[in-house]
Amino acid sequence: MVLKAFFPTCCASVDSGLLVGRWVPEQSSAVVLAIVHFPFIPIQVKELLAQVQQASRVGVAVLGTWCHRRQEPEESLGHFLEGLGTIFSHEPWLQLCRERGSKFWSCKATRRQVPTSPSAPGEDQVMLIFYDQRKVLLSQLNPPAALPDRQAGDATASAGGLAAVFDTVARSEALFRRDRFDEGPVRLSHWQSEGVEASILVELAKRASGPVCLLLSCLLSLISTASACRVFRLWPLSFIWSKLSTCEQLRHRLGQLTLIFSTQKAENPAQLMRKANMFVSVLLDVALGFALLSWLHGKDRIGQLADALVPVADHVAEELQHLLQWLMGAPAGLKMNRALDQVLGRFFLYHIHLWISYIHLMSPFIERILWHVGLSACLGLTVALSILSDIVALLTFHIYCFYVYGARLYCLKICGLSSLWRLFRGKKWNVLRQRVDSCSYDLDQLFIGTLLFTILVFLLPTTALYYLVFTLLRLLVVTVQGLIHLLVDLINSLPLYSLGLRLCRPYRLAAGVKFRVLEHEAGRPLRLLMQINPLPYSHVVHTYRLPSCGCHPKHSWGSLCRKLFFGELIYPWRQRGDKQD
Amino acid sequence: MEDEQSFSDICGGRLALQRRYYSPSCREFCLSCPRLSLRSLTAVTCTVWLAAYGLFTLYENSMILSAAIFITLLGLLGYLHFVKIDQETLLIIDSLGIQMTSSYASGKESTTFIEMGKVKDVVINEAIYMQKVIYYLCILLKDPLEPHGISQVVPVFQSAKPRLDCLIEVYRSCQEILAHQKATSTSP
Repeated sequence: MVLKAFFPTCCASVDSGLLVGRWVPEQSSAVVLAIVHFPFIPIQVKELLAQVQQASRVGVAVLGTWCHRRQEPEESLGHFLEGLGTIFSHEPWLQLCRERGSKFWSCKATRRQVPTSPSAPGEDQVMLIFYDQRKVLLSQLNPPAALPDRQAGDATASAGGLAAVFDTVARSEALFRRDRFDEGPVRLSHWQSEGVEASILVELAKRASGPVCLLLSCLLSLISTASACRVFRLWPLSFIWSKLSTCEQLRHRLGQLTLIFSTQKAENPAQLMRKANMFVSVLLDVALGFALLSWLHGKDRIGQLADALVPVADHVAEELQHLLQWLMGAPAGLKMNRALDQVLGRFFLYHIHLWISYIHLMSPFIERILWHVGLSACLGLTVALSILSDIVALLTFHIYCFYVYGARLYCLKICGLSSLWRLFRGKKWNVLRQRVDSCSYDLDQLFIGTLLFTILVFLLPTTALYYLVFTLLRLLVVTVQGLIHLLVDLINSLPLYSLGLRLCRPYRLAAGVKFRVLEHEAGRPLRLLMQINPLPYSHVVHTYRLPSCGCHPKHSWGSLCRKLFFGELIYPWRQRGDKQD
Repeated sequence: MEDEQSFSDICGGRLALQRRYYSPSCREFCLSCPRLSLRSLTAVTCTVWLAAYGLFTLYENSMILSAAIFITLLGLLGYLHFVKIDQETLLIIDSLGIQMTSSYASGKESTTFIEMGKVKDVVINEAIYMQKVIYYLCILLKDPLEPHGISQVVPVFQSAKPRLDCLIEVYRSCQEILAHQKATSTSP
């Protein structure tokens, strides 16, 4: 196989020295991590390498020599470099050489032990691959190389393909901590040899984060114990809590904040990313919430809203009354059964009358309630939107009631019709065998059954029409609530930190690598430049999206249509923890 | 070593295949698609603007005209940046992998690199597309769980769509490198 030498771009113009790195025999590739300059004492170099190997669990060794000829070619240096091969024995021994002012390199890889098979030569062909050490160190390869039984910090670096290169560089932090200002015996060159980079703000934030996290986690645990106390488990409160989406959202946010401010450090990069995403999402939420708050409380908008609310509710109720009057007449030219029509119409009209009186009772308090509810926007825009969704649900409660009455009536009718239809054909539903069986009925049974069947069939259009109208109204309200929930979900689960990272530092999230062939001359080894191929934005969102509340519709379109046809009640949002139907 | 040849794609348009042999273990094939023709661009722009002018005479709202200009510009930019592929390149490096690059008309480049360890073989497949029978070159990937299975088929030159003669040239070169790679990897 062609021998691949991964060479850091920062070391392409340094003085001559020894190549230090890791040899991966399975891919026949040599990953050069640093260059040790002359003068050095071989014992000290071996000590340094042993130290680094122990600290980072990477098999670091001397791979060969690097020669940068700035002046006239020195023969003595050449022999000296070859002599080093005997001191630091490594199989194969790499010799990289660069002429002054020339872009082309010469590489040799010699194997001391003559192989048994005659086909493999004593010298291997070498391919040079340049890589940016800093970017490779900081990048996270996605998807991460799947290692079956790897303990954190326990196993030695072992991964397939190019992931091995990333792994090697990432684990060799111990080697990169020695810079040229160190008073050590050995002089190294790598990406950090000009001095370790750090930012004052980041260091201060790291120091401050400890006590701040401790304080906030205590506060949050206090809040969660307060909310989990027995009072809230009693029946009316627990029922209301489970139905309101505001409580669900608050609980979700509390869980997220607890995770962010927990005193445990993140174990792996994925957890760190998740914490960062949650933090940015909470910040954005609160910022948008404050913007909404300032907009609401300026120019007496709350007063305007409260003044507009009661007339809107009145208007909705009036429209419903018109609708019912229309149904009680001859809607769309259909002829209804007069008696049933009047009964149902009057029943629903009475409900609307009750509802309007209730709204008028509440009207003096609405402005106060809205003002206090508006204050909750400082907890976040998502909380404000959830409250809006709950208000919509409360204001359209009568539509929900009508839907339930219409659906139950229709469902009963359909059940009755199906069973009497079977009787009409002389069949029966066998509950034991769960199938339809033939049955011989008596004459009077058949007579009454057929009579009832006819009555139900002729009353069907009336009930079906009421059911249809109220189901459509209910679906409209459900759609509005659904849109609000979608927006809340979007804010909750969008990984903004990852998207920002992909925009500003694309090499941090790597989908893979890409190669570019550099200028080539016949007879010289092939030179390639390895660059990081960043993850596309859609993959970033998909990989790093945060788990949302889980309030998603769980029906498929087919089952929804089936339920609508048979009059079964539809509950589009099953909150987490509710029993399944 | 570099050489250029002219082929045609399945619709009859002209394609240029550039072959670069960097070394016995590294080869690059670059297919250039026909550029955006001025004729089709003019035709589309004229249609959109005539329709907008027709709507303007109906509704007497000048917003329609500005909206039409806006839509045309955005549509052209979007087409150049996301749809129109100018060049497709296949770089095959022995013992490293196969890289496919598509460069768009706006200069954007999208690259995919497949490691040699995952590549099982490079083949020419036959497909029935509507009323045509077309040939396409594809890379077969190994299945990690099953040693003789194929986990994925990755087609190459999807937007250039060259004909069989061009594909045979590329196929022969790729097979030379793959054979060489298999020979050296199995030896101790």
